[in-house]
Amino acid sequence: MSQKPEKLIDKKGTRLDGRKPDELRSIKIEVGVLSNADGSAYIEQGRNKILAAVFGPREMHPKHLALPERMAVRCRYHMAPFSVQERKSPAPSRREVELSKVIREALEPSIFLEYYPRIGIDIFIEVLQADGSTRCASITAASVALADAGIPMRDLVSACSAGKIDGTIILDLMDTEDKMGEADLPLALMPNFNAVTLLQMDGNLTQEEFEKAVSLATEGCKKIYALQKEALKAKYVNVKEADE
Amino acid sequence: MSSLITRVRQKQIAQLIAKGKRLDDRSLTDYREINVEQGIIEKAEGSARILLGKTEVLVGTKIELGEPFSDTPNEGVLTVNAELVPLASSTFEPGPPDENSIELSRVVDRGIRESKAIDVEKLCIEPGKKTFVVFVDVYVLNHDGNLIDASALAAMSALLNTKMPNYEIENGEVKIKPEYTPLPIRNHPITVTFAKINGNLVVDPGLEEEQVMDARLSMAIDDDGNICAIQKGCSGSVTANQILEAAKIAGEKAKEIRKKLKW
Repeated sequence: MSQKPEKLIDKKGTRLDGRKPDELRSIKIEVGVLSNADGSAYIEQGRNKILAAVFGPREMHPKHLALPERMAVRCRYHMAPFSVQERKSPAPSRREVELSKVIREALEPSIFLEYYPRIGIDIFIEVLQADGSTRCASITAASVALADAGIPMRDLVSACSAGKIDGTIILDLMDTEDKMGEADLPLALMPNFNAVTLLQMDGNLTQEEFEKAVSLATEGCKKIYALQKEALKAKYVNVKEADE
Repeated sequence: MSSLITRVRQKQIAQLIAKGKRLDDRSLTDYREINVEQGIIEKAEGSARILLGKTEVLVGTKIELGEPFSDTPNEGVLTVNAELVPLASSTFEPGPPDENSIELSRVVDRGIRESKAIDVEKLCIEPGKKTFVVFVDVYVLNHDGNLIDASALAAMSALLNTKMPNYEIENGEVKIKPEYTPLPIRNHPITVTFAKINGNLVVDPGLEEEQVMDARLSMAIDDDGNICAIQKGCSGSVTANQILEAAKIAGEKAKEIRKKLKW
């Protein structure tokens, strides 16, 4: 375990990795990276490296899990054993079970579930390397993968975290800032509806700080939304050009 | 679940809420009656049973000797587990914890942990080697909605009722003495849960309200009125304004409950 650095943010407001408080890490999104999945995406956000794949719409197995009025969505968030400093057991942890649930609930509002009664889709997320705010990056990637699979959607879901380090409200926490900081607030947004589909928080925030963190995370989501659209266009413009 | 009945009920509940009313005549921000009884399981180091309306949760705490985690060698260990006992609802099934009970235990855990409710450094006996481990076991006995708030209240009540064994170190060995001291508690988080039904927020949803809610939002508030944990649940969304409104109401409700329970 690394020691706590003296300061997570210096007097000029520069963070350990050189970012300003309201600056995102560099983000790279690639669409359609897995040939067997119906839709897929890969995201790098700082040192996070995450793959998301969508299978379906397809017949639900086991059948009793099918829902009479809407599509059933299953989601599995999983971290590779080598994705963190100390090897993580490949068996799903309680944290992974909870994250799978909240990620599913963050994505479901964006899907026209009622179009596919009795049908299922599976969303598989593999964190290959983790460096803080992985649930947000996972949602960002999985939403792009859903679009790549051609699932009818109301909007993309973009996700980003805000938090507090040394009393300053910051955007997009990396691992050290999450572990050593005073608060972490992941948020997912459907930007066209201003609808928040995931909100969690741990740490300590006053009402004013909370308000600031929510608005900062919302702005971060909107920036990520632009990158998601760009990534989708990049793939499908290339496909179109190849056809011509 | 019979979705037809639920849908009829949804209309009724939504119409009432639009008029500022609810099925059981509460206002949108009222809690059901809260009753706490402490120390009812003699064999546990601490225990409490809470009734929140008809929702009933029993929490027992046990304290054992164990090892601290390597990244926090000076701190005691807190472990929260939740059981949705089959006798509490026809929808609960026996078996290993499902995602609902895991989420419940993690939300309760986060409120206690992030508010630093337990002075964990006082649990440590020998840094890096020996510490007291506090097990908080949440037992849901009757499900009538809002298990999160009921469980969080019951857990905190049980911790306030928990006794920690005295010990002495003899030739490097820890010897537990027969006397006890109270578990060192320094904060009292209170979790306030909202259901969003047809665009409106209601506090402390009952079971029927939960069956028709679009989204759920829980906020843990500490002694200073600061927010220390949040969890949104269900496959619906909330707006930023609703989140800020919820935070304000949660602050007021926590104050009210704190006064009532004399925390």
